[in-house]
Amino acid sequence: MGTRNYRRKTSHSDHGPGDGGRTGSWRVERPVLNTSLCIPCKRKTEACFMCWLFCPEVVISRTIPPAINLEYCKGCGICAEECPTKAITMVDEAAFSEEDKDKE
Amino acid sequence: MHIIENGNVAAALGVKLCRANVIAAYPITPQTPLTEKLSEYVESGEMKAEYIPVESEHSALAVCIAASSAGARSFTATSANGLLYMHEQVQWAAGARLPIVMCVVNRAVGAPWNVWNDQQDSISQRDTGWIQMYCSDHQQIIDSVIKAYWLAEKVSIPIMVCYDGYILSHTYMPFDAPDQEQVDAFLPPFKPDYALNTEKPANLNTVTLPDVRMDVRGELAHGYMEIRYLLQEEMRAALAVAAEAEKRFADIFGRGGDPYIEPYLCDDAEYIAVGLGSLTYQLRVCVDALRKEGLKVGVMGVRFYRPFPDVAIANALKGKKGVIVFEKALSYGYEGALVSDLKSALYEHLAGTGDLPMVQNFIAGIGGRDIRTEDLTQTLRAATKSRVAKEPVWIGLKL
Amino acid sequence: MQAKTTILSLPKEEFVHPGTRACTGCGLAIAYRVGLKALGKDTILIVPPSCLTVLQGLFPIASTKLPCLNVTFASTAAAATGILAALKTQGKEHTTVAAWAGDGGTSDIGLQALSGAAERGDNFIYLCYDNEGYMNTGVQRSGTTPIGAITANTPFKGKLQQKKEVPAIMAAHNLSYVATCSAAYPLDLFDKIRKCIDMPGTKYFHIHIPCPPGWGYDPRYGIKIGRLAVETGYYDLYEIVNGEFKLTAASEKLVEKRKLIPVREYFRAQSRFKILTDAQIEDIQKQINTKWERYYKKED
Repeated sequence: MGTRNYRRKTSHSDHGPGDGGRTGSWRVERPVLNTSLCIPCKRKTEACFMCWLFCPEVVISRTIPPAINLEYCKGCGICAEECPTKAITMVDEAAFSEEDKDKE
Repeated sequence: MHIIENGNVAAALGVKLCRANVIAAYPITPQTPLTEKLSEYVESGEMKAEYIPVESEHSALAVCIAASSAGARSFTATSANGLLYMHEQVQWAAGARLPIVMCVVNRAVGAPWNVWNDQQDSISQRDTGWIQMYCSDHQQIIDSVIKAYWLAEKVSIPIMVCYDGYILSHTYMPFDAPDQEQVDAFLPPFKPDYALNTEKPANLNTVTLPDVRMDVRGELAHGYMEIRYLLQEEMRAALAVAAEAEKRFADIFGRGGDPYIEPYLCDDAEYIAVGLGSLTYQLRVCVDALRKEGLKVGVMGVRFYRPFPDVAIANALKGKKGVIVFEKALSYGYEGALVSDLKSALYEHLAGTGDLPMVQNFIAGIGGRDIRTEDLTQTLRAATKSRVAKEPVWIGLKL
Repeated sequence: MQAKTTILSLPKEEFVHPGTRACTGCGLAIAYRVGLKALGKDTILIVPPSCLTVLQGLFPIASTKLPCLNVTFASTAAAATGILAALKTQGKEHTTVAAWAGDGGTSDIGLQALSGAAERGDNFIYLCYDNEGYMNTGVQRSGTTPIGAITANTPFKGKLQQKKEVPAIMAAHNLSYVATCSAAYPLDLFDKIRKCIDMPGTKYFHIHIPCPPGWGYDPRYGIKIGRLAVETGYYDLYEIVNGEFKLTAASEKLVEKRKLIPVREYFRAQSRFKILTDAQIEDIQKQINTKWERYYKKED
């Protein structure tokens, strides 16, 4: 089936996630959060959220605990680097099993 | 209302009557009086529009492209190197399918600098995906601007309304300036559904892949090639829409004719002179003189150059002994662009029928060289006798 | 004076989807994400070809939730003028128009149109994200590439010329607001956008954007490198409000501290500066010191 009846005449895009595909597959290292070190987790109140602020990919939620969307996380490691308590560590993807690969 | 004004004012009046919302322009001779007149309309409050005095032609068309994308009826005008400086934007406007109308006040291009009339500027933009209309007098200028907005908005393709610099832009002639009510009846307000809108956000002119791709709704969207094919397809289909425009226009304004060509004494003619713009009216004088000598000659103006009205042209020239194409531009290294296109149309529609006329090409008035009517007449007379040359012949050349 | 935004008071709403084509650790992605939060929903964007074109997505999918017009390289600011004109005729002057262009698109090919729009006083925000090179085409030098940086077309000697001071050029247009920012200080960017959003005429932002592939560093250090540029006194955060120059945020604090981190640390953190000799670095350090002496004097 072709695009004859497509609703646009030219390049008018609508917004949605994953233009670049499941960019989690780009990842070499995975951010892993240690909630016992994470400030909002420890205090059980909204605090810090440096990881959320600096995440270039909008894949860290501003929640307690912060959740990382591994479907799209490219594994840049900025969150790990900026976390003031070193609660996030970057772990080699090879350490995770196949079915674990894209899961949060 | 009949008035006597110059061609630039005829164009400006047309733009005002069409209630253009956004006008952007950069000064270049001989276009300047047109845009000065528009700035006068806007500053005096006579016309409700935004007039943007931009810093370049590239930006003039950028303003129109953006304004049109945001749902404004947009206008600009230029000439010669101004048009060439826009070239990137000219292509962009067509690919973005924006119904911008631009007057091109035809002028020779540099180098060397030359401010006088020929048509190398607009002809060089032939392949950009714009509709091109050529005007032969002031009435056609104002009428073409009005028709152009209707047509452009109907087919989502931008239109150049071309008229000869000085010969039309700066000369005074009587013409009928339509009433606002008539134009309003002809041309509905511009309300495109794709316009940039914070309520319905879309991302316009994003990078488009060679192949088709699913959109966020799971529908298969065009690749670049489909988008470009649609431009070609709808450009060709615009010929029929132009006929509709002509008919609507005639119904409301009481004037009009063949939408594609403008024949003069062609019915019984054996030889037909063909051209674009004001030159064809000068050729009428030659034809009148030659008719008195008993020569069966006529003249045909081409009003639409793109999309090319190949069928109309082939039908009009079918069975004629000779076609003599006069041009104020050429495709360097070969011949006039119009004659190439015309021969291609004749070949397509008449090859093998025995109705194929002989075709000759003459180049005239390059860089504003005076085109003397007696020279034109002599050329036309000679061309009816025999084939003058295989290569295009430059009239009035003093080498 | 408006209260400074904190991470906790930063709006939660996101205007960028995950899964973009931006490089891993892209500094622009951070500035863009937070910048759009400041601009808000009632905004129309303009983007010329640049890294952002790629980040924004390929037809028919857009990563950005705001309406956006992609335009030709040289026409960004003129396009802003066109949208503003259209909005005015539609009575939608409340809508913010914001152009995001790269440093090549601003300091080189887009400068004429930008100067034209600024001179006309067209009411929009122009944000130049400066990753100091034509990164989208494979890291070529631009007008804002700093001296000494190796790029794809300054491959051995590095760029021999100084960085073009675009904010100063824009300040010469007597704008109501000119600011420099950095992706490493997103809250400062947020506050500056909010501060100027209702100011008249053209507002100009110059945003320093660390770029992992272009600058040559491990993506995880992007924010650290951005901060180093500021804390070494190499890249200054300031604003010029109606002609009044003032250091802001982290740069303002440096005046209080009177202590700059040696610029060597900034250079040595990136491979693009690997050909800079100790003597050259010393020379640049002296220039930085002279500049800061002026700042200190001004403060005294």
